[in-house]
Amino acid sequence: MLERIPAAELRYVGKRTPRIDAKEKLTGQATYVSDMVMAGMLYARVKTSPHARARIVKIETEAARKLPGVRAVVIGEELDYRVGLYVVDKAILAKNEVRHYGEAVAAVAADSIEIAQQAVDLIEVVYEVLTPVLHPLDALKDDAPLVHPKLGEYDYMEAAFTPKPGTNIANHTKLRKGDPEAAFEQAEWTIEREYTNPSVQHVPMETHVAIVKWGYGDQVTIWSSAQSPFTLRNLFCTAFRLPHRNVRVVVPHVGGGFGGKAGIGIEPLVAVLSKKAGGAPVKLTATREQEFSLLPCRSQLTYRIKTGVSKDGKILAQQMTMYWDSGAYADYAVNVTRASGYSAGGPYEIPNAQVDAYTIYTNKPFGTAYRGFGHVEFHWGLERHMDLVAKAIGMDPLEFRKYNALREGSTSLTGEKIRAHTGNINKCLEAAENAVGYGTLSDAERQREAATGMKIGKAVVGLHKAPAMPPFTATAVILRMNEDGSVTATLTLTDYGQGTYTSIAQMIAERLGFPLEKVKIAFESDTDHDPYDWQTVASKGLLLSGNAAILAAEDLLKNAYDVAAQALRAQICDLDHDGEKIFVRHHPESAVSFRQLAIGYCYPNGNSIGGPLIGVGRYIAQGLTHLDKETGQGLPALDWTYGAHGMIVEVDKHTGEYNVLKVASVFDVGKVINPDAVRGQAIGGMLQGLGTATCEGYIYDEQGHLLNPSFTDNKIPTAKDLPLEVEAISVETPQVDGPYGARGVGEHSMIAVAAALGNALQNATGAQITHMPLRFEDVWRAIQRREPVDNWITKSPHGSCKSAPEIQRHGGEC
Amino acid sequence: MKRIELTINGDLYRRDVHEHRTLLHVLREEIGLTGTKEGCGAGECGACTVIVDGLALNSCLVLAVEADGTEIETVEGESKDGELSGVQQAFDRHHAVQCGFCTPGMLMTIKDLLRRKPKPSRAEIIEGIEGNFCRCTGYEQIIEAVLDATGQLEEKGEIKHA
Repeated sequence: MLERIPAAELRYVGKRTPRIDAKEKLTGQATYVSDMVMAGMLYARVKTSPHARARIVKIETEAARKLPGVRAVVIGEELDYRVGLYVVDKAILAKNEVRHYGEAVAAVAADSIEIAQQAVDLIEVVYEVLTPVLHPLDALKDDAPLVHPKLGEYDYMEAAFTPKPGTNIANHTKLRKGDPEAAFEQAEWTIEREYTNPSVQHVPMETHVAIVKWGYGDQVTIWSSAQSPFTLRNLFCTAFRLPHRNVRVVVPHVGGGFGGKAGIGIEPLVAVLSKKAGGAPVKLTATREQEFSLLPCRSQLTYRIKTGVSKDGKILAQQMTMYWDSGAYADYAVNVTRASGYSAGGPYEIPNAQVDAYTIYTNKPFGTAYRGFGHVEFHWGLERHMDLVAKAIGMDPLEFRKYNALREGSTSLTGEKIRAHTGNINKCLEAAENAVGYGTLSDAERQREAATGMKIGKAVVGLHKAPAMPPFTATAVILRMNEDGSVTATLTLTDYGQGTYTSIAQMIAERLGFPLEKVKIAFESDTDHDPYDWQTVASKGLLLSGNAAILAAEDLLKNAYDVAAQALRAQICDLDHDGEKIFVRHHPESAVSFRQLAIGYCYPNGNSIGGPLIGVGRYIAQGLTHLDKETGQGLPALDWTYGAHGMIVEVDKHTGEYNVLKVASVFDVGKVINPDAVRGQAIGGMLQGLGTATCEGYIYDEQGHLLNPSFTDNKIPTAKDLPLEVEAISVETPQVDGPYGARGVGEHSMIAVAAALGNALQNATGAQITHMPLRFEDVWRAIQRREPVDNWITKSPHGSCKSAPEIQRHGGEC
Repeated sequence: MKRIELTINGDLYRRDVHEHRTLLHVLREEIGLTGTKEGCGAGECGACTVIVDGLALNSCLVLAVEADGTEIETVEGESKDGELSGVQQAFDRHHAVQCGFCTPGMLMTIKDLLRRKPKPSRAEIIEGIEGNFCRCTGYEQIIEAVLDATGQLEEKGEIKHA
């Protein structure tokens, strides 16, 4: 799909272009589901579990039902539906047992939100509290209670996942490449360490919200703040055993998603309330507290890496073991496990590799997709580990990365051949290196150290990610010409802030040769009216929907040319067009305007031909395969986006306080379609990554109660947390099958930021931190050489971060 | 129920409201001005920021009856006669909007800031918008938009090419 148009001739692609949705949002006129009200609408509230694991003995709803204005009360035992994305393991409301703090146990729909809340407060639930299993490594023990004793009875996607009934393992992803055992034998060095991170919350500014109307004849309409209208519809129909044509999903503007709204959420619960309330539309808006615990989070990870390195610093073998804490339900966590499993080595060539990635059920709020889809989490460990290995063998960490980087002729962990056009990781690393002056301190930096008494440290880290998606991932764009010769595109890739729609408008304008003002992308997505898209996730939207948009533009032009050729009595090969008309190239006065063609061409005598002009573009990922379940070999990657971050920090060695002075983020995006949008993704994702690196994370007590479900106790970055200087840099190695050479970059900016911070802090102070986030007290503790403890389950004995690395040199320990 | 009068963006609104309802809920649900958003309902995120008698505050922390008789400014009053305000135009130029959910509150905070400090420094802008969360942009393009709107942007933020 690479359109080989010289950059100088491009009119819109690559040019600074305002977002097509900005004015609507700036005036407060953009409509989100949270703004919507329907005639006769009821308001819902949810009763949630205060326990991590408990048997439901009794739910007393009588008082709630009798409250005037209450129209429906539902509890789990009256519902016979199960929902699940990859493993169908979740009831709409907890039945018999609650599996995590914050799980929904009952719900009410009432005339007002106040009445609904009052009714929820009147519902009494009697629990028999059970001992929860909270840490994934505990959940693997033989005597661990089973979070899902009936795992063996659940449906699951067999092509991709391997649940282990009778255990808490929801999935085991295996990858085997080469002969790691023999390669470790040959290695001069073997270096092993474990790295961990806690669960974090996406924090979209708009919490999950849905309105559902269960109409007559099981005709259901869902308005939702969802990322993926068709996947939502599909999962909904599967759960309720409804034909797809019965269910319509409408998604207007969405106030942020970051993966947390990728699948199905509160919609089934709202639907059963509407059904029970006789078909009245019911609206449920998650409270901010519910956003932390009723709705899913990002999974906790324990990542153990063992690396075998040759004398000259080549990685010979790597053993990678991931323990993903799924929480109570599998949701996306099983696919996070799979995708991070096959990417686990980062942008480096590892000739002999073994990956075992486990998704483990525990009694905690469940994990789902989150920007980066596992890669933020494992790059924390991996990129910390790259520094550990380099330093242990006496090599500069950046040189070690470059020496081992994937390049033309390398093979990925899954056996994919890396080609020159795959992208250029070393160019990213070098750009980051130059941007932060890696390896030295400038005069100004030395003076700053002298003036402040702080130590300055620098680091450069690499990263990669491919979209995690099925090999048959597909999309379509429909382009309709309006009566005045302008065009309107519809698609169900959703734009919840990323800016993809603007980039697609630029590509359509470019391919049509129309002024950008003539291209509209319809913002509201509607499964009844718009063509299919799998999901808006994985940084695949620009590539797949961009290609579909270009194909739709070409189809529209072809259809217009067919009619114009008849109208002008000319051959198609002699026609050309501009933004207004189609004309005969050598007789340009012989022309017909798009306005004349838009709904059908009418001859002077009234005879008419053509009809409304429509272009259809369909695109499906090309050449991907399922992965072999025993070896992980195959072709899972639509494209690889490589990147790097360079970071400069200053640290007070006495207190552990630090400031991030600069972050330079570099991505090989193939082709920049919209420079400001790429920069917005780069900086926005970087700060989100820095948030999880510096302060965010779920804290539980030993009974599994979530202690910090609020912005008071779970900080996210404010403007004050922005580094003093931020820089976004693009590398452009064109993606051969990408639209105008582009590939995705929505998630990548968040990846490896935490490791850059950890490495820069270590370079400044020697502090070795293996658990993120890196709060000031953690840095202080590490500077003092105190044991870095995993205290994200408080008073827990789990020191899952081993502070001491295991470093062995052939012929003796060192 | 209590009868209150609010002057919002210059227009008078008279409503009978429950005493427990917040200004945010009355604005959004009883007057229908949904530009102002609810992000947390606890005064922590700034999405609901409006200006009441010249002071930017979290409308989720004010009871509507407390606002009786006040002059209120919301995002709906920011553009006049179909023209975006200078700050709105700068937000547009600089991609200072992504999902847009924090934008109305952010605009009100900045309006209040610029009245007090017509040419705020970068540090003063950061200080000024600290109470408004934005999860998408990383704030940089918002800060640049404010610098630009106040004629202070020296270097327009651009992506660099390696």
